[in-house]
Amino acid sequence: MSAADAIAVAGVTKVFGSGNGQVAAVDDITVSIRKNEFFTLLGPSGCGKTTLLRLIAGFEFPTSGAIWLDGADVSDTPPFRRPINTVFQNYALFPHMTVEENIGFGLKMLNRPKAEIAERVAAMLKLVRMEALAGRRTNQISGGQQQRVALARALAPAPKVLLLDEPLSALDYKLRKEMQIELKRLQAETGITFIFVTHDQEEALTMSDRIAVMAAGRILQVGSPREVYDAPADRFVAGFIGESNLLPGTVERVSGGLASVTLSVGGRIEAVAPDGFSGGGPATVVLRPEHARLMPAAGAPEGAIAGTLATAVYFGTDTHYHVRLADGSDFTVREQNRPSVEARFHAGDAVAAVVEPRAARLLRERP
Amino acid sequence: MIRPDGALEAARRRDVRARWLLSAPALLILAFAAIGPLLVVVLYSFLTPGPYGDVIWSFSTDAWVGVFLERDIFDDTLSLADAHMSIFVRSLTLATATTVLALLIGFPTAYFIATRPERTRELWLFLITIPFWTNILIRTFGMLEIIRNEGLINTSLRTLGLIDRPIQMLFTDGAVMAGMLYVYLPLMVLPLYASLEKLDFRLVEAGYDLYATPFRVLTRIVLPLVKPGMIAGSILVFIPALGAYVTPRVLGGGKTMMLGTLIELQFGQGRNWPLGAALSITLMAMVMVALLVYVRYAGREVRHG
Repeated sequence: MSAADAIAVAGVTKVFGSGNGQVAAVDDITVSIRKNEFFTLLGPSGCGKTTLLRLIAGFEFPTSGAIWLDGADVSDTPPFRRPINTVFQNYALFPHMTVEENIGFGLKMLNRPKAEIAERVAAMLKLVRMEALAGRRTNQISGGQQQRVALARALAPAPKVLLLDEPLSALDYKLRKEMQIELKRLQAETGITFIFVTHDQEEALTMSDRIAVMAAGRILQVGSPREVYDAPADRFVAGFIGESNLLPGTVERVSGGLASVTLSVGGRIEAVAPDGFSGGGPATVVLRPEHARLMPAAGAPEGAIAGTLATAVYFGTDTHYHVRLADGSDFTVREQNRPSVEARFHAGDAVAAVVEPRAARLLRERP
Repeated sequence: MIRPDGALEAARRRDVRARWLLSAPALLILAFAAIGPLLVVVLYSFLTPGPYGDVIWSFSTDAWVGVFLERDIFDDTLSLADAHMSIFVRSLTLATATTVLALLIGFPTAYFIATRPERTRELWLFLITIPFWTNILIRTFGMLEIIRNEGLINTSLRTLGLIDRPIQMLFTDGAVMAGMLYVYLPLMVLPLYASLEKLDFRLVEAGYDLYATPFRVLTRIVLPLVKPGMIAGSILVFIPALGAYVTPRVLGGGKTMMLGTLIELQFGQGRNWPLGAALSITLMAMVMVALLVYVRYAGREVRHG
């Protein structure tokens, strides 16, 4: 690990159960999380992201491998000796304490002087804008307020790393948006490393410095939101983050990092090839729906992907066109709506999709 | 013509009548089996004892004086009734000690059961309730069989050559307390379990996360949250322990008397029913005072939550 790493997870495996019922919730994961980073573990439920978080927090101990915190091996350190705090999914606020007592609990357990605790609690209350409710019981405040108290409680002892286990999942849409911005602000203001667990790809894209996409106990790809969105490492990442069209085809030739692919549904695409890709043969092309444009089939340029419009779904900001291709598969095109322009196409129209240059990517794996 | 408020009033009256009818059986039983006899006891405590038991219908406060004071047979002076006082003190001490020990033993037991997987929990609870199926007298005689001089413990120790003469365990305060602890322990475990089972163990994790050591998690998070169960269990053990009769009678013998056995003595060999009645009321008052103090002290935190 390097000095810039806050957390280094080295070959960690966590096996639950015994005998035939053994399940590796986390399967040989190695990942480094940098200091002051907003790092997100993204994946569907059951992918092992929460287990990985609990391993870092110290609620679980690895079956094999090691976890390093700030250059020290903490694999066997109990949670109450790790300078890491957690914002729990259900907040887990202490019901027998006031808002203030909840926030001060960590510092009290660290035996800090009373004056320091009072000062720090006041600062935290201000940070999460909860000054007015300091004396309330935690069952007398709303879900969003409980969320903020949970955040303040975890931030008060100034941990080296803050873990957030799907903290926004219980909030309604509008509040969730507000809290996303609030979390980014808090991370910037405190300079603490945040490790955020979510299954919401939009949340991951908007908030993270880097994202680790997980499935079946493994990390499939680590990168900036742009990297994982624009250059998904495989079929799963492409499908999980955003929508994408997967088109099978044959690579004719590769030159200058661009592969010329003849699609099996007809049409030809210039796709960006992964580094070091060479050779031809069968391959899969990923294309985001917003990177294609629809036009009437008549007059479409050569190489356009032809089909019949199945449905057009209005989404407010944009319209999703579902095109039935020659082999019966579905191809989606997303077009931004303009004021006072009606839908350009209707179900049953013969249409063709034209792909923006350098928008399609070739997947490394074979179909 | 329909008068809505009149109709409402009629409905309200019907409702009240229905409630009285529904609670009538319980109220009748309470009136005849609890309040009535209690009034008789109060009445008897102000009468004069008959020569062969029973009471003579003439008013007297002698019984109440006798609860606390004793009259010298030669010069008629009054002094504090040492025998009664020592029995009061012993009863309170043994009941308190039993309650505290039941709490100390019952808490880990309940915690253990509450942290088992759901299916095994039921088995453990079932095992805890098994003693209830056996008559208290039989259980107490079982205890007697174990601790008496020729009992299981002493015979085993003697066979092993560890002791020459039997250790006197029967007819001691310790024997009475051990007996009560054995009989009343389930009454502590069950309410404690009910509280612990509801405890959100994620709060325990949150405690660990915020630098609380296991001991501090116990004292600052678990104990405050299961306090209602601790109070309920303590009350359920303390009340019957203070008035216990069977256990001190069998395991305490004539020397180690408690309030229950003292009261029985007045109605039996003592032939002093008014004194027995006055002692009964005293016992009830002690229980009530002890409970009030305890609930006021221990329940302070609970009521907020």
